Amino acid sequence: MSTVDTAPSSEAPAAARPRPKAAGGGFGRYLLVRFLLIFPTIFILVTVVFFLARTTGDPITAAQGGRLGPEALAELRAAAGYDRPLIVQYLEYLAQLATGDFGRTLTTNRPVIEVLTTYGPATFELVFYSLIVAFAVGVPLGLYAAYHRDKAQDAIARVLAIIWYAVPIFFAGLLLKLVFAVWLKWLPVAGRASVSAELQMQTLPNPTGFYTIDAIRTGDPEIVVDVLSHAVLPAIALGLLTAGIFLRLVRTNVIGTLATDYVDAARSRGVAESRLLRKHAYRPALIPIITVMGLQIALLLAGAVLTETTFEWKGLGFILAEFLESRDFAAVQGIVVLLAVIVALTNFVVDVIAAFIDPRVRY
Amino acid sequence: MAVAVSSRPGHRWRDRIPVVHQVRQSVGLQRGMLVAGLLMLLVFVLCAIFAPLLAPYGFAQRSDAAGGFGTQQPPSAAHPFGTTVGGYDVLSRVIWGTQTAILVIIVAVVLAIFIGVALGLYSGYFGGWLDRILVVVFDAIYAFPSLLLAIVLSIVISGGQSNLWGGVLAAAGSITVVFIPQYFRVIRAETVRIKAEAYVESAKVLGAPNRRIVFRHVFRNATRTLPLIITLNSSEAILTLAALGFLGFGIEPTAAAEWGYDLNKAQSDVTSGIWWTALFPGLAIVFTVLAITLVGESLNDLADPRLRGRRRVAQSAGEVAETSVVPGGTLDAGPGGLAGLEDGETFDEHGIEVKR
Repeated sequence: MSTVDTAPSSEAPAAARPRPKAAGGGFGRYLLVRFLLIFPTIFILVTVVFFLARTTGDPITAAQGGRLGPEALAELRAAAGYDRPLIVQYLEYLAQLATGDFGRTLTTNRPVIEVLTTYGPATFELVFYSLIVAFAVGVPLGLYAAYHRDKAQDAIARVLAIIWYAVPIFFAGLLLKLVFAVWLKWLPVAGRASVSAELQMQTLPNPTGFYTIDAIRTGDPEIVVDVLSHAVLPAIALGLLTAGIFLRLVRTNVIGTLATDYVDAARSRGVAESRLLRKHAYRPALIPIITVMGLQIALLLAGAVLTETTFEWKGLGFILAEFLESRDFAAVQGIVVLLAVIVALTNFVVDVIAAFIDPRVRY
Repeated sequence: MAVAVSSRPGHRWRDRIPVVHQVRQSVGLQRGMLVAGLLMLLVFVLCAIFAPLLAPYGFAQRSDAAGGFGTQQPPSAAHPFGTTVGGYDVLSRVIWGTQTAILVIIVAVVLAIFIGVALGLYSGYFGGWLDRILVVVFDAIYAFPSLLLAIVLSIVISGGQSNLWGGVLAAAGSITVVFIPQYFRVIRAETVRIKAEAYVESAKVLGAPNRRIVFRHVFRNATRTLPLIITLNSSEAILTLAALGFLGFGIEPTAAAEWGYDLNKAQSDVTSGIWWTALFPGLAIVFTVLAITLVGESLNDLADPRLRGRRRVAQSAGEVAETSVVPGGTLDAGPGGLAGLEDGETFDEHGIEVKR
């Protein structure tokens, strides 16, 4: 596709730069720069978390403080290496991280990275389902509100979005549980699947941990229904929060684009209102939504922690709360750093997609 | 409320009172939302101030002259909202909870403003290596799920102790650290913009010292978006406090009433169909966040000329310059308020600054 390479060829190899842009740097260069930026981001987060967690104490004192005598405590700290200078511990920790070692949990003495492989799929599934809910609810409502701007429909949609934001996710979860699981008994109360379904899925060769996939692999429609019905309430709880954000974003952006000259021009050419909304205003308004997805991932992860705790959905957030409860702060720190890496990586992917769609993002 | 921080240039004295000015400026639905939010806030603040008079019992009280309250008692005349699994009166804890909430908001927001504004002003005005480091560090923190950071911090700050001030400071402190980047970004971006304004240059030419320029010219103009962020942060502070409480980092029930803690304890009640222990503290959170968000959202709309209603507003529209933190102008800053503010910023995140 590339014909003449106009951009100064210094850092990026020519192959990674298929589309040179007149306005500063090509996609390839953006990709490279953006990729390299992951490392300082992770490094800073790791450093911040490490020093914040360590300046006033260490995991063992925090966990055992008050329960053990000073001698026993000092012994434990020395055994774990927490009595050495902070900078030595920090460098050692960095070296450890560089090899992909996120530390070990104190209570179960397992590598933290194992937590990811065991509980990661559940969180991924939850986030995926809730994104579906968020898109299905938020985008159409946002369009609807923008089109009926300042009318009753708009008012209702906006108040709805504010209420969704104002309801803490765990409270929404508890209410959903109370109404649909306890009173109406339509849906299961908690968990990712019923015990029998879980047992059957474990008999599969190499279970993936993604219950939806595993359930389909068993070939038993009852198990599929069981797994999906368990996902409904958590996905709604987490999805509606995000839907509120989507609604507001779509609304603002569509109002913005509806006011532009080219929409006026199209309208004066006699383009139908519905087409105006669908083609002219909606598409450009979607771009900001995609570009903000990166930050939504961070929000979704925080929301997932709370949703999982509410619904005993055994994902990363659930296990994080368990470790918090048992005061296993080494594990908590490990998981938080792990999540930082995940956030940095997802942000990278989202930014690259955004840049691919919207050339203005590339610098 | 903290909304009263403003330096918006007004025409008449009554336009200079921040919230009054906005109420006058608003029309229709916006005015309705703003007034509703303000009224709800008033109820919340009054509840906090008069909690000792309003609450039938103490927040840590389990029995009175008539004997123990009993646990998980359904709503009755003596206990209109029932009692919790720990034997506390739900209504009393809901009312006392407003005090904890307001305390956390004040401590968190004041700390965050103080530190964030100071750093933002310095960074934006003087630039240099410190500026670069701060931008990169705060951007990294900003992109991180704030709740997780708050969890790490509350471990550090409270370390397991959970008396009133320990708990409040832990929650507020962890929220503060999460908020500082937001103030920093906004103030820094405004400062960078204002620095290039003609009046700053003329002040320089006249030989005004940096300190005078920063405080007199830059500070007073850069802080105009603050009321908005303050309201949004206040509601997030409540949600974070409740989330920490829900995850088990709450303040002990004997130290103070905290809604998140009560919801945490209500989890198992819900499964057995006991609704009153979860419903009322939850509604208290919703009510408070809703109040603050309604005010914040209205202020945000009014600050954005494109979203602002019609008529009378147009005259004073020129006053509010675009906040240049949001790349692409206000197109990305929605009435989503906090979401809107956060959202547009992906462009200049990750150290890729706004270069325009």
